[in-house]
Amino acid sequence: MSRSMFTGLAATAIALALGMSPAAAQISDNRIKIGVLTDMSGPFRDLAGPNSTAATRMAVQDFGNKLGNVQIEVVQADHQNRADVGATIAREWFDRDGVDVIIDVANSAVALAVSQIARERNKVLLATGPATDALTGAQTCSPNTVHYVYDTWALANGTARAVVESGGKSWFIITADYAFGHSLEAAAMRVVRETGGDVRGTVRVPLNTPDFSSFLLQAQSSRAQIVGLANAGADTINSVKQAAEFGLGRRGQKLASLLVFLSDIHSLGLQTAQGLQFTEAFYWDLNDSTRAWSRRFGEQASPRGTMPSMVHAGNYSVVTQYLNAVQATGTDGGLAVVNKMKEAPYNDPLFGNGQIRADGRRVHDMYLFEAKAPNESRGPWDYYKLVRTIPGEQAFRPLSHPDNCAATRG
Amino acid sequence: MLDLEAALTQGTLGLINGAFYAMLSLGLAVIFGLLNIVNFAHGALYMLGAFVAWGLLTFLGLGYFPALILAPLIVGAIGILLERTVLKPLYKLDHLYGLLATFGVALILEGVLRNEFGVSGMPYAVPPDLRGVVDLGYMFLPRYRGWVVLVSLLVCLGTWYMIEKTRLGAYLRAATENPALVQAFGINVPVMITLTYGFGVALAGLSGVLAAPIYSVNPNMGSSLIIVVFAVVVIGGMGSILGSIITGFALGFIEGMTKVVYPEASTTVVFIIMAIVLLIKPAGLFGRA
Repeated sequence: MSRSMFTGLAATAIALALGMSPAAAQISDNRIKIGVLTDMSGPFRDLAGPNSTAATRMAVQDFGNKLGNVQIEVVQADHQNRADVGATIAREWFDRDGVDVIIDVANSAVALAVSQIARERNKVLLATGPATDALTGAQTCSPNTVHYVYDTWALANGTARAVVESGGKSWFIITADYAFGHSLEAAAMRVVRETGGDVRGTVRVPLNTPDFSSFLLQAQSSRAQIVGLANAGADTINSVKQAAEFGLGRRGQKLASLLVFLSDIHSLGLQTAQGLQFTEAFYWDLNDSTRAWSRRFGEQASPRGTMPSMVHAGNYSVVTQYLNAVQATGTDGGLAVVNKMKEAPYNDPLFGNGQIRADGRRVHDMYLFEAKAPNESRGPWDYYKLVRTIPGEQAFRPLSHPDNCAATRG
Repeated sequence: MLDLEAALTQGTLGLINGAFYAMLSLGLAVIFGLLNIVNFAHGALYMLGAFVAWGLLTFLGLGYFPALILAPLIVGAIGILLERTVLKPLYKLDHLYGLLATFGVALILEGVLRNEFGVSGMPYAVPPDLRGVVDLGYMFLPRYRGWVVLVSLLVCLGTWYMIEKTRLGAYLRAATENPALVQAFGINVPVMITLTYGFGVALAGLSGVLAAPIYSVNPNMGSSLIIVVFAVVVIGGMGSILGSIITGFALGFIEGMTKVVYPEASTTVVFIIMAIVLLIKPAGLFGRA
């Protein structure tokens, strides 16, 4: 056998061997690394935080911690609700640590920063935590970002529309003063005006303000029928608690909290929270499959028995879809995987049937819930009753809307 | 746009927040004045006061009023333990060591409770006797908030009186000037210092109990407050008892007004004032340079 023939044969053999495992060939450093970037210590810790990592790990475990012979790893970090901190971690993860995908990012300002970094490096952002609809906005959308679970548009569309339609025409809005609050405020004002109501005033409150009494009294003296809360987490808890203290209801005013998580109701207690209406994408007690998964989650969550927020459920669901897409395409290239995820509708055990649109928005049904009265609750974590299901196509901003992602506007 | 009714309302609310600033900065001032320790654990101990109140109710069924007495005692006892074990070896060293040690203690306390209870907070209701509102003419004031101002005023003035006007206070002040000489007169200075730290910390615990029915009882409640309180102490003058009381109430008031005029700046205004005061009067408004 001549030397050149041998080289040729060897090359063919190598090509064949590579051909047999295309996945291994195209997955960088032969591992999938998922980075959970979230709020581990601030106001969003309970609705996301360490339990977001737990939910992500559940999805990875379902794949046996590997795809073929490619290991799947999960790492986590605290963005401290600061865009600069979040951006630094994202860069380190992508550039140095071989992270392929960042997930969660509960905090809109941090998420917007990370979305741009993921795009520049052709990685992936699976945004389950942040609310701002700017993630699929005209100039700020990214082909590498999937916005799962919910957004400010859908929240306002669900809650504000329901409240105005049941007679709450005049509004005063208390807004958290950062990207998320601004986005939610704008969305709520649009819905209120579209449905024939008016907004009497707004006030912008710095994140993590413990005392809302001044703002509640401004709302009171505006004589608006509805006091809308465009805030989240500990801010929502403090404002709902103090609204009860100042007797907002005595002058016939009603509270409409635009973003509420299960953990908020758990902390407020039904005595304070009862009657509050709000929009969510998920509740553990919706059907058999949400109950079964949530029980499993409860066993891994801390403290044990905690029921998942919609962000936790979203992490499980979107990581499952991501890993399916990596498996199907045999690559961990950002754009290729996200495009695969967008290809077909997916019937999710937790969020039902839905599809990720060209702009990265996943469209599924949203739900208008009401917090139960204490005597209606049958046990721990039995907090919500379903008021209305909002079909996905009505809940989210249409692809063709002028505020929506310019690149994919239909 | 700033009408009289709004100004009165926000001023009143500001005084309520000022009551918390005053009580916390008073504790800091007492501790700094007598121990020369910059007690960064103050916010965490305030939080601990609220948690002890919650724990007393949840596990022992003891309501608000027993907690108002017991929680400061428990937090004070923890403070004494802290002083004996962590702070005592640091007195001879630079201020910075005390600051770092107490900051570390705060991080540990907050971290442990955060791990155990999360951040959303524990429910703690306003005691039934103090529910409802009072019509002040220009606003409806929740009775509980009025109670907070009353308690805080009494405690602040009582402390000031004790330190400035009584024999015990004279010993304390003398011990800060010249501990060796005071000890020579047969007064047990180390015990006095330990008890002073316990007292300052108990004030933080008491503030925590007062705060529990209003704010969310969560592990982060102290860290957001303590920075403002330090600014209050700096503005009033480190170690000045009366200064910290007056500055506490005054800054609460100014912050309240800011919430009407330009709410976005309401969390920053205190620091702007601090910067200005430091430029004009570096020792603080009531401090002696």
